[in-house]
Amino acid sequence: MSADEPAIRIRDLCVRRGGSLVLPEISLEIRRAAVTGLLGPSGSGKSTLIRAIVGVQIVQSGEVDVLGSPAGSRELRRRVGYMTQAPSVYVDLSVRENLHYFARVVGAPDERVEEAIGTVALGGQTDQVVGTLSGGERARVSLATALLGRPELLVLDEPTVGLDPVLRRDLWNTFHELAAAGTTLLVSSHVMDEADRCDDLILLRDGDIVATGSPDELRDRTDADDLEDAFLVLAEAS
Amino acid sequence: MSARVTLATAGRVLRQLRRDRRTLALVLLVPPMLLTLLKYVFYGQEETFNRVGPPLVGIFPFVTMFLVSSIAMLRERTAGTLERLMSLPLAKLDLLVGYGLAFALLAAVQGTLAATVGFGLLGLDAAGPIWLVIVLAVANAVLGMALGLFLSAFARTEFQAVQFMPAFVLPQFLLAGLLVPRDQMARVLEVVSALLPMTYAYDALARATADDLGGRLAFDAIVIAGFTVLALVLGATTLRRRTP
Repeated sequence: MSADEPAIRIRDLCVRRGGSLVLPEISLEIRRAAVTGLLGPSGSGKSTLIRAIVGVQIVQSGEVDVLGSPAGSRELRRRVGYMTQAPSVYVDLSVRENLHYFARVVGAPDERVEEAIGTVALGGQTDQVVGTLSGGERARVSLATALLGRPELLVLDEPTVGLDPVLRRDLWNTFHELAAAGTTLLVSSHVMDEADRCDDLILLRDGDIVATGSPDELRDRTDADDLEDAFLVLAEAS
Repeated sequence: MSARVTLATAGRVLRQLRRDRRTLALVLLVPPMLLTLLKYVFYGQEETFNRVGPPLVGIFPFVTMFLVSSIAMLRERTAGTLERLMSLPLAKLDLLVGYGLAFALLAAVQGTLAATVGFGLLGLDAAGPIWLVIVLAVANAVLGMALGLFLSAFARTEFQAVQFMPAFVLPQFLLAGLLVPRDQMARVLEVVSALLPMTYAYDALARATADDLGGRLAFDAIVIAGFTVLALVLGATTLRRRTP
């Protein structure tokens, strides 16, 4: 597989959830070793698209190829890290106990636990039971869990919601360091001010892709000063 | 399947239980308390207490683990941890066997404590070996757990999961032969009871405590193992890698 092969290739993906068509036929490609932002309002289908990429979503039709294999393939379970939107960690265990368990599951060495705790800046809460942490802290435990196996593809569903701006900046720096080292990242957000931190953007609205491209390209294409305006222009044009 | 992941899962489940001190206390102390209660309910009827008491030592773990495991698995589903696990290199059996090991260990402690109080302090008497009662208690616990894990897939809320106890366990308890010998029941109930796992759990315990260690006991043990495997296989089919 060559380096310029896209990390994710989606063709004519259709997903129905609860009787309604959430993704009515989406095709897109996501390149390797970059941070791609999946932006769109709440309810636009971001989480469903992410679930389809990770391979936990039942899809109606279409193809989703991830790192050269069909999404959800057994061999991808080691190569893809997934952070769900709601923090999916054990609230009755401490931060360290959670990470130790997931490290065992993915076969990561123990020192990765401390490393991941450092990355999400939870060093002071290591032995605290997750149930007593704030929502933002829980999300960070969940994010740390996704980092443990050093996956080739990291799929993060709204990883920075409710975080302190300083920590948010640090995490984005971490994302770019990971991308520079070859990791592909797909990060969803409903906050447009995060869009500028991404290498590539996918704008999603009502299950349709409104636009894709780098932040600069999108601004140029719309003559807008900021991405919020660019999104408006693109959404109205589509 | 991987020993590393299975053992890590068992350890994780035990750690969760350890953090929940109140549940742990209830699991361990309720059986001895109920046996004590029973002794005085059958005050002056030593014979009845001795008929009902010993098998109960081995039935309690079935009921406890059914409930605890069905709630635990329901929580994995609703908290999203199951979805995360299913996206990771974890075999379904790693999860089920990990739960099995953790609850078997808990059942061993629970059964030993109930047996110690029952046979040691309350004057229960068994003709057969008490260690066999504890072994059967552990086997029944794993059976109860496997059924609980499977049935929890049909509950959306903890309220529903709790109701599965009176819906699925209580009828088995009534028909197992403990309260009324099965051959004295209406014929149709006798037939139905032959299809229920707890019937064999009770029969094995009754034979073990009566020192009737023959082929029937072995048959009961095989049926218990068969039901356990069946429930685990059915349970595995409810663990979906992909969900709607």
